[in-house]
Amino acid sequence: MLYRESGQYKTTYGADQAIFTIPQDRVFFALLMLVAFVGIPLVATNYVYTALLIPFLCLSLAALGLNILTGYCGQLSLGTGAFMGVGAVAAWNLATRVPDLNLVVIFILAGLVTAAVGMFFGLPSLRIKGFYLAVATLAAQFFLPWLFVKWGWLTNHAASGVITVPPLTLLGWSIDTPMEKYLFALGVVAILALGAKNMIRSNPGRQWMAIRDMDIAAEIIGIRPVVAKLTAFAVSSFYIGVAGALYLFVYLGSAEPDGFGINLSFQALFMIIIGGLGSILGSFLGAFFILLLPIFLTRVPPMLGFDLSTALVSHLEFMVFGALIVFFLIVEPHGLARLWQITKEKLRVWPFPY
Amino acid sequence: MAFFLEVLIGGLMAGVMYSLVALGFVLIFKASGVFNFAQGAMVLFAGLFFVGFTELGVPMWLALLLTVGVMVLLAGVIERLVLRHLVNQEGIILFMATIGVSFFLDGFGQLIWGSNVRQLDIGIPTDPIFLMDGEILIQSFDLWAALVAGTLLAALVVFQKTRTGRALRAVADDHQAAQSVGIPLNVIWIIVWAIAGLVALVAGVMWGSKLGVQPAIVSLALKALPVLILGGFTSIPGAILGGLIIGAGEKLAEVYIGPLFGGGIENWFAYVLALGFLLIRPQGLFGEKLIERV
Amino acid sequence: MKASKWIASLVVGAALAGSAFAALAQEQVIPSMVYRTGPYAPSGIPVADGFSDYINLMNERDGGLNGVKLRVEECETQYNTERGVECYERLKALGGTIFSPYSTGITYALIDRAPTDKSVIFSMGYGRASATVGNIFPWVFTAPATYWGGASAGIQYIAKEMGGKDKLKGKKIAYVYIDIAYGKEPIPVFQNYAQELGFQLELVPVPAPGLEQKSIWLQIRQMRPDYVYLQGWGAMNAVSLKEAAAVGFAREKMVGIWWSSQDSDVQAAGPAAKGYKGLSFHGASKDLQVLKDMKKFLVDKGKASQNGKHFGEIGYLRGAANAMFTVEALRAAQEKHGKGKVMNGEQSRDGFEAINLTDASIEKLGLKGFLQPLKLACDNHLGDGKILVVQWQGDQWKPVSDWILPENQKLWPLYLKDADSYAREKNIASRTCARS
Repeated sequence: MLYRESGQYKTTYGADQAIFTIPQDRVFFALLMLVAFVGIPLVATNYVYTALLIPFLCLSLAALGLNILTGYCGQLSLGTGAFMGVGAVAAWNLATRVPDLNLVVIFILAGLVTAAVGMFFGLPSLRIKGFYLAVATLAAQFFLPWLFVKWGWLTNHAASGVITVPPLTLLGWSIDTPMEKYLFALGVVAILALGAKNMIRSNPGRQWMAIRDMDIAAEIIGIRPVVAKLTAFAVSSFYIGVAGALYLFVYLGSAEPDGFGINLSFQALFMIIIGGLGSILGSFLGAFFILLLPIFLTRVPPMLGFDLSTALVSHLEFMVFGALIVFFLIVEPHGLARLWQITKEKLRVWPFPY
Repeated sequence: MAFFLEVLIGGLMAGVMYSLVALGFVLIFKASGVFNFAQGAMVLFAGLFFVGFTELGVPMWLALLLTVGVMVLLAGVIERLVLRHLVNQEGIILFMATIGVSFFLDGFGQLIWGSNVRQLDIGIPTDPIFLMDGEILIQSFDLWAALVAGTLLAALVVFQKTRTGRALRAVADDHQAAQSVGIPLNVIWIIVWAIAGLVALVAGVMWGSKLGVQPAIVSLALKALPVLILGGFTSIPGAILGGLIIGAGEKLAEVYIGPLFGGGIENWFAYVLALGFLLIRPQGLFGEKLIERV
Repeated sequence: MKASKWIASLVVGAALAGSAFAALAQEQVIPSMVYRTGPYAPSGIPVADGFSDYINLMNERDGGLNGVKLRVEECETQYNTERGVECYERLKALGGTIFSPYSTGITYALIDRAPTDKSVIFSMGYGRASATVGNIFPWVFTAPATYWGGASAGIQYIAKEMGGKDKLKGKKIAYVYIDIAYGKEPIPVFQNYAQELGFQLELVPVPAPGLEQKSIWLQIRQMRPDYVYLQGWGAMNAVSLKEAAAVGFAREKMVGIWWSSQDSDVQAAGPAAKGYKGLSFHGASKDLQVLKDMKKFLVDKGKASQNGKHFGEIGYLRGAANAMFTVEALRAAQEKHGKGKVMNGEQSRDGFEAINLTDASIEKLGLKGFLQPLKLACDNHLGDGKILVVQWQGDQWKPVSDWILPENQKLWPLYLKDADSYAREKNIASRTCARS
């Protein structure tokens, strides 16, 4: 009733190519942004910022980056954690070695460094496919953190290899309260997500999807796999690198190289599969599911008045979480984003489903 | 030279231990095209049940039998509740489902048996054996492990030749074709997962008597991955040979190349080694050749 | 899109539940960050049990601290940094003031948050060694020992076993460590000692998680070191002990840092662990008044964590020691800011800096021989850092040395240097302390 496209005529190419072609979507999205940028800062507490929203934003961005590579270009990667580490270490080195460098420039450069590293580790993708490709990225995953530990220069020869972020300022705005950090992260994520959305809708994105759907066929219709695959690795790594820099600068503050381990890689992969491969929205939904759901699960029994031991709760949490993953996959194998899409389609024809 | 041999033999033996874990992956992938992320959790699960039963005072042979029962039951439950609903889905979806299974088993095993370390002693001797006038040291435990792995491999190869084994391979080739000649898909899947469960039990017992049965065993799956990739996802002998190559390669690298870079290289070296092989043979050493058509 | 709605509603719900809890509290909340599940759980469980049992003992036996009830709030971190930060924020919202993160990664993430949140980070024998410098890390406490102190004490113990420091010349000591920040930390101390005493230092990194160490120990067999100093973590320790047994390296010549010598480590290794030595910053004797009280008030009444399953293990004692220091800090804080009141973050910090455990007060607590005198100050968040060597007898840990005082005069320049570089990176000024 409220949500439909009948009667809405597009009279220009511009209108036809808009991200949100339906006004209701535009309104909804504007409201969402309003909530994110204005509403949440009005009500949220420090706990919500530092424990939930900021890590959620950082990992969503990493998931988004991985989704570009795996979801849109079909190249399986298990190196997300290490690439986040590259972004973090690069950003830290820039920030401490080149004082007075603008924070935005630092993030862009860190992303570019990661993109270069990602392209290098993407080279085997030209020959190896599928699960076998995961090995190339796993080699990166184990090699890069080892390098951060062994190459002392990268961490300024700190005794334990731990890096600590300097205070953040952007054009005289000193970002130190959780709310400011949240807004900064939100800004970065929003801009990059918009960029990703547009990239997907234009030539590079279509090339990636062609490669994903069938690389030989894509090659025959004139898409160069070398270019398409390597740009996917580069763009994806750029996003992941920026996510890593955010993760260190805005979320953790100090980190050891070991913190960018295989667990992060798996986490990011789970996020995009549960959220939806090949969906920007899916990256966010997946991050929500994988990162925040377990936290809420541990809080459910005490809220219901059960006084269970910590160990029991966390074992149960694992079981419920695992069962939920299976459940969601059975209900909708294409992820939460697809569920959302189905809801929208149902809404479109509501209340007359036929 | 003696030291080289010692490291080589030690590495081969370590590789055998990786192969034990990798075999479980291969079995399931071969028969159903599922990359079973839960294999590591299954190893822990089987180990926990086995050691848990023995701690309750059950004699070892009975504990083994009971655990086999548990693993078969588990296979049935996984087929009934998970796989059956995901027939004909893409590989990555099934992969994700096994991750869910992995979380569940991880929590369930610890819920029942707790998260403590449990010592497991099944009576395998651990004394060192010396060769060449004490120049080369071999652990008797490793020889036993190699023996177990060899027996397992032989049993699996023989099994492949049986009627059920042929049915398994038919399912692996083409689900629909197998079904249309009257092979019951569900039964086959239960059998495969049960066998993978048995392999997990063997791996759990062997690794458990090495490190104690403890939750860290789950991460063994990571050690099995390069083995799997090198040997090919679909080859049982490949899992063993891949294990030998990875084991020997990473140990020799650690000893002879590691010191140049400050050591600790064996983790990533295993993957680089696998990568090197893959660049020459993209389907793994024994993997089936990919034929791509448009 | 939907996600943020969920977040918002769940967040509001969570916040409401949180505030409801906080409103109830007329008691001191003692946060306990634990890991009772996951790959490191075997090391984490006894510590968590000991911690909560000692706090409960205070309630059961003394009716709280000067009448203030103490309430343990456990939160499961799974040894994972994101979960740890979430736990910290949650426990802080419940009114927690003193946090023991029990993970290097979480500690580092919290060190930066502590000053703005005014919460005390009590990283007892782990975390950042240089946080000992109270001028630069006003909110972090490393008492009663650091890894650097451990390394120093370990070298002194080895020297003594060899018959004096001069005997170390030309000898070989292998430092076997897990190749992450935790393992790397003491390397500078070992290098300084190697130079000073003229022994040969072999650095042997073990790639994490260290489930397979065949090549490492074959190398060690070739090196033929006189002693091995082990700084492993989790499952790695048991594997080290087993492989050492397999290559015939005497376990009596292996010394492990405290996190490498817990009951879970030696139990997993079985008979191979017998004779292995570990460092400890507290005693290992089970003949303590406190333990008897715990048995009487908790274990026998069925009130102990997990029914006292890990009662008396060295990890349990360590958790209890952590709780003791926490309680003593609160006691000192109450002395200063009013007895019978609930302390806030700043007051808790003052309490830590006012800790002054003398032999007499330790005896009064029923801890004779378990703890060493400890005096903290504004510029010293460590104390002396005395360390004991204990040996695994096959069924229990037994002290085999006197209390060893680390050579603090050599360590402090290192602490100051590292703290300085932190201050420069963070652009923070050093707090002036009245020199004590």
